[in-house]
Amino acid sequence: MRKSGGGRMWSLRFGRSIRGAPSGGASHWGGLSPGSRFTQAAAGGSDGRQEAAGDPRRRGRVYQNPTWQHVEQRPLPEKKVTVEVLDHLERLALVDFRNWEGVQRLEKAIQFADQLHAVNTEGVEPMDSVLEDRCLYLREDNITEGNCTEELLRNARETVEEYFIAPPGNIPLPKLEERDTFLQVSE
Amino acid sequence: MAASILRRSLLIPRCRAGDVAALHSGPSRRRAQAPEPIASGRRAGNCPAGERGVAPWVAVVGLEIHAQISSNSKLFSGSQVQFAAPPNSLVSFFDASLPGTLPALNRRCVEAAVMTGLALNCSINKKSLFDRKHYFYADLPAGYQITQQRLPVAVNGSLSYSLCVGGKKNQMVTRTVRIKQIQLEQDSGKSLHDDIRSQTLIDLNRAGVGLMEVVMEPDMSSGEEAAAAVRELQLILQTLGSSQAIMAEGQLRVDANVSVHHPGEAYGVRTEVKNINSARFLARAIDYEIQRQIKELENGGTVMNETRAFDYKLGCTIPMRDKEGKQDYRFMPEPNLPPLILYDTKSLPANTNHQQVVNIDWIRERLPDLPSVRRVKLVEQYGILPEHSFTLLNEDGLMEFFENVVRQTQMNPKKVIGWILNDMLGYLKQYNLKVKESPVSSLFLADLLNLLERGTISSSAANQVLEELWKGEGKTPLQIVKEKKLGLIQDQQELEQICQAVMEGHQEEVMEIKKGNQKVLNKLIGLVQRTTRGRADPVLVKQILEKRLSQ
Repeated sequence: MRKSGGGRMWSLRFGRSIRGAPSGGASHWGGLSPGSRFTQAAAGGSDGRQEAAGDPRRRGRVYQNPTWQHVEQRPLPEKKVTVEVLDHLERLALVDFRNWEGVQRLEKAIQFADQLHAVNTEGVEPMDSVLEDRCLYLREDNITEGNCTEELLRNARETVEEYFIAPPGNIPLPKLEERDTFLQVSE
Repeated sequence: MAASILRRSLLIPRCRAGDVAALHSGPSRRRAQAPEPIASGRRAGNCPAGERGVAPWVAVVGLEIHAQISSNSKLFSGSQVQFAAPPNSLVSFFDASLPGTLPALNRRCVEAAVMTGLALNCSINKKSLFDRKHYFYADLPAGYQITQQRLPVAVNGSLSYSLCVGGKKNQMVTRTVRIKQIQLEQDSGKSLHDDIRSQTLIDLNRAGVGLMEVVMEPDMSSGEEAAAAVRELQLILQTLGSSQAIMAEGQLRVDANVSVHHPGEAYGVRTEVKNINSARFLARAIDYEIQRQIKELENGGTVMNETRAFDYKLGCTIPMRDKEGKQDYRFMPEPNLPPLILYDTKSLPANTNHQQVVNIDWIRERLPDLPSVRRVKLVEQYGILPEHSFTLLNEDGLMEFFENVVRQTQMNPKKVIGWILNDMLGYLKQYNLKVKESPVSSLFLADLLNLLERGTISSSAANQVLEELWKGEGKTPLQIVKEKKLGLIQDQQELEQICQAVMEGHQEEVMEIKKGNQKVLNKLIGLVQRTTRGRADPVLVKQILEKRLSQ
């Protein structure tokens, strides 16, 4: 994502320039947004593009007016991740943050995701799956699989009489103090 | 010490580290429910005040029941569901969680869940969602279990059960427990602990089998109530056919959440009791845990929010190793499954493939008679008492046996029920057999009762015949009667001869009766009966004796 100056979220400026003269703001986005193409078209630079922009077929498919709104992005506080939270995360997901750079990357990722809070979702039904308009396929209750014991056991390093072997229980992560890999390169 | 007791049996399932139920989130949620009235039938003060005058304790018991769905294949894969099979032979690639495999929902499991929801008066959610519940354990190869946490299939139902109360346990009362929700979820594999070699053997045959989790609200207050509720649920599931619900085979697993508090105060800290293998142990485990918590609190200690296992040999609960503390299951929507949409006749779109649609109304029309309805019908049809119908349905196959006997005999059903519940059931318990294993068929019993009804034998003779029948030698009642000469002697002359003989042998008694002491007559009748080995018709004997004595 490109950080734009002035704290504004980037937004498309579809068709804005068709109405009038290219605004000085077009230069802000450089070659990124499609709006810039239209800007050039309006200035009469490219071939046929102007017609294309005014083409009734095109006009039907492409929104003439922007459907996006500028959102004033409030500067979000920098989130600091505490050592307890890191320990908890390492236990839960068995990831290894290794050193402070990894932690910083985590903090940046959190900040990036926090931008979502700036969106107003009042009255909007949350979407829980991109599949929500698909049909869930119901399978008939027939036996179609199984009996591949040998193939499955081939994946395991240790087996005993057709059983998989596992350690006697969950081996818990050692306590924070005893872990030698945690945040190796400390501040 | 506790750990070694746990290890004694290889087959005790090790608790997932810190497997605390995510739905009941501890004391804070309970407090919000505290001012609830005791209208649901909980008796305050069922643990009466102690000698020191401590305020009475009230126990709160909530159950989480996992019932294995009776289907041919598993919930999300096409491998077979079978109890005993060679290890890892009923496992598909999806069950072993190999990369690239995806879940495909089994229609039969959805129907089973809807049937159960309807039978328990739940409202069925037309749209329900699947989620992932993450935790690490060797018998869960994927590292997560597909369940329904946000929007389950059925919510807000109720289950009515009856139990005997009163000092003599002869009063039947009906109680209700609210069902919070019913959800579909996957079962995990089985782990066998080998402590000698310090390893666990994993068998994934059970991994992926469909389960219905029935979550009950904490409306119960004793082990007895919980056992009765579970038994009723078992009967309902077996009647519907959605689950065979055999606790011994692990098809019905019950976890109990137990806490105690003083009436009027906030709920206490709850503990979860696991590893309960039968309904009988359920009552004992809960009662033990209630007593343990009361003792702990009365001695000034506190109850910890932990998971405890029930050791049925010692009859007590012991804490399970809980090193990891409270689990964070990190629920997230299952990305591979769209929402499950159920229809009823109103919402059913036209031109749909029947195979792809589950119609709630269609299922509701085909629900069989639930146990409560069958009990009422029995009472109405045969005139037996409600307690009798309860016992009839409680024993597997006994109701069919009873109806078969009634059909083949002229005896009044109200008398037949006595023979079924007292004698037959007594013998079944004595020989530890199920009804279908009984050596006495309904035909034999009906024949016997017919003989009794016609007056061919006396009731004490009938008892003897029944005892003989139970030896299982295959003889018919008539054969036994003939062999043992148990037929009632109704020949007037023969009886008169016997009475004469008895009277001659007991002149003293005869004198007593002639003096006016009528009670001695009974003694003479008894003597006649003894001589004839119970085969004399008592009414006739009395007539003959009286006639003779008045001469």
